[in-house]
Amino acid sequence: MKVEVKREMESTKELRTGSDLLIETLVDAQVDTIFGYPGGAVLPIYDALYRSNAPFKHVLSRHEQGSIHAAEGYARVTGKPGVVLATSGPGATNLITGITDAMMDSLPLVVFTGQVANSVIGTDAFQEADVMGITTPITKYNYQVKNIAELPRIVKEAFHIASTGRPGPVVVDIPKNISAAITLEEYDNEFHLPGYQPTKNPNPLQIIKLAEALGRAKRPVLLAGAGVVFAKASEDLKEFAEKYQLPVANTLLGLGSFPGSHSLSLGMAGMHGTYAANMAIYECDLLINIGARFDDRLTGNIEHFAPHAKVAHIDIDPAEIGKNISTDIPVVADAKEALQALLKSSINMPDHKLWKEKLQHNKANYPLWYERSNEFISPQWLMEQIYRVSNGEAIVTTDVGQHQMWAAQYYQFDKPNRWVTSGGLGTMGFGFPAAIGAQLGAPDELVVSVVGDGGFQMTLQELSIIKERNLPIKVIIVNNEALGMVRQWQESFYEERYSESILANPDFVKLAESYGIRGLKVEREDDVVEILEGVFAYNGPVVVDCRVVQLACVYPMIAPGKGIHEMIGVTK
Amino acid sequence: MKRIITATVQDRSGVLNRITGMLHKRQFNIDSITVGSSETEGISKMTFVVEISDHQKLEQLTKQLNKQIDVLKVSDITDKAIVARELALIKVGGTGQLRAEIQGIINPFRASVIDVSKDSLTIQVTGKPDKVEALISLLRPYGIKELTKTGVTAFLRGQQPKQVTEINSLSI
Repeated sequence: MKVEVKREMESTKELRTGSDLLIETLVDAQVDTIFGYPGGAVLPIYDALYRSNAPFKHVLSRHEQGSIHAAEGYARVTGKPGVVLATSGPGATNLITGITDAMMDSLPLVVFTGQVANSVIGTDAFQEADVMGITTPITKYNYQVKNIAELPRIVKEAFHIASTGRPGPVVVDIPKNISAAITLEEYDNEFHLPGYQPTKNPNPLQIIKLAEALGRAKRPVLLAGAGVVFAKASEDLKEFAEKYQLPVANTLLGLGSFPGSHSLSLGMAGMHGTYAANMAIYECDLLINIGARFDDRLTGNIEHFAPHAKVAHIDIDPAEIGKNISTDIPVVADAKEALQALLKSSINMPDHKLWKEKLQHNKANYPLWYERSNEFISPQWLMEQIYRVSNGEAIVTTDVGQHQMWAAQYYQFDKPNRWVTSGGLGTMGFGFPAAIGAQLGAPDELVVSVVGDGGFQMTLQELSIIKERNLPIKVIIVNNEALGMVRQWQESFYEERYSESILANPDFVKLAESYGIRGLKVEREDDVVEILEGVFAYNGPVVVDCRVVQLACVYPMIAPGKGIHEMIGVTK
Repeated sequence: MKRIITATVQDRSGVLNRITGMLHKRQFNIDSITVGSSETEGISKMTFVVEISDHQKLEQLTKQLNKQIDVLKVSDITDKAIVARELALIKVGGTGQLRAEIQGIINPFRASVIDVSKDSLTIQVTGKPDKVEALISLLRPYGIKELTKTGVTAFLRGQQPKQVTEINSLSI
């Protein structure tokens, strides 16, 4: 047998391992970056990587959570699947938060995990974890490769599933005996998925119904979500809104799908949205949701959500339609196809000048507001300066919490794929590694990672990567020495009992310096603009520790259980 | 309301886990699930009996099932002309004269005794769930020692009455 194999090797066919096949399939899938971390069960894959001259780079994180959030940032900015490679057991389980985050926010990821050899699966072997069992509820789909012959087909299928329809994470679990197996064969990678045929084109009858509803609407509003961004439909949305003079509210993740500085933009709706956006939804008679999922942070108490409106919902995922809010006009489609169909229909809009005036009045009279402090930097003001100094053109990444809401409120995104935040899952520690993926996906753009002092400490070990690769990411720590949003809720709803929400922090400047990265601290508003100008112009990574008012709160707000029209903190 | 839902699925590994996981995660109450091979190789048929509070929930259930990549077709067949059957095995204590009495009870149900020991007998009954339930409650006074049921499996009758409307069809 051995002799035979040798002879074959010398002939035209090449002897390859399962890992070599994997790398070839990644090349076929036009992968340019993979985020990973080695370990026992993926040694054959890392060896193949070392031996290959594949045209993609491998980015070594310092914790698997860093890899997966980086892949999410990459996917959000490029629209292409982020690719992750981790070992079995703890390597795989360290990815769980990121996989769940990607599932909630519909980010395309293809995640490869090593697995113990097939012969010992189920024996509680060293570094064995039931990755299929663990990841089933948090993936769009998952595979365990049972046979080397399936590998090319599975990988191709995984990329297809992750990046089409409603995007999402796909896990491919590869036992070590598969990645180490040696083969001479070529395998077919054609696949057939009869149970997976996403509907891209809208049903013409539903478009007619929607056009008719628009033709009768006196108080129409568009709600634009991340589906518009995934469908690359921002231009179509703008054309549609302008053609019929329709006001546009955005969801958190939909920011950038419609220009924030546009006169028809009402800004963000939801828990910390603008008064104008929320009241428009409350009072409208036709709500057209394009690619948003009526998340509870958007709707508040659903009893009071758009109570007078006919609701139309355009979504590529039929299961989202009618899930939270009952829908009068369902349209299962890709946002771009649906918008183009609507643009082609002839609609005679009734005059809604009064409605538009009312919304403009709300926008002008109830803008976002905050109090300036004399002592420390006001975080909202800081966001405004970041917006101004970066000319509104940065890619901004955040964690979850107060700094995230302030960034969403004060950074007016005019373009899509520039807002990278953890929406559905609300993951602390997301923003900084996500910035790494964003910068690698958009090397020529200014990437600003706005993080809290709490969240940054969850994944700051990835400072190693930005030093190693000299990624010019600007980390702005909105440092209030607290878990700000937790503290705010304790102030508002738990009589200021600040249970475990005040932090004792390290010296972030020294910390950055210890990684060989420039660190700066800014404590006075007078210094902010100059420092930001210097930092954004600097060609390299910088960490800026911005000391902000500890007791600042995010307003306005819909308190839990309240309706979208019952905002508090709308005015001073 | 109880609904009977069938799903045709690709027989891939983990498909049952994925589906039951989804049902659990989304808080659907399942009375029974049966799974088995179908007339086509590589394709399995599942039958779910679910307790559902309203039509919106029902629509969610069928949509969430349809969304699964391995699921080829989902049908709510509750309001159609269907054949639905389950099988129960019931072990009842009984000797001598009691046996004759039990035999008398099970006869109208077309159930049969498939095992006898010195102090018990095992009855097999097949039919619609309410028939099976009726027999079980009749046998209860004799002391049921062990009971197991397969859950309902079902499909459409060969001919459907014309007036049946498809309440579950989505207009999209």
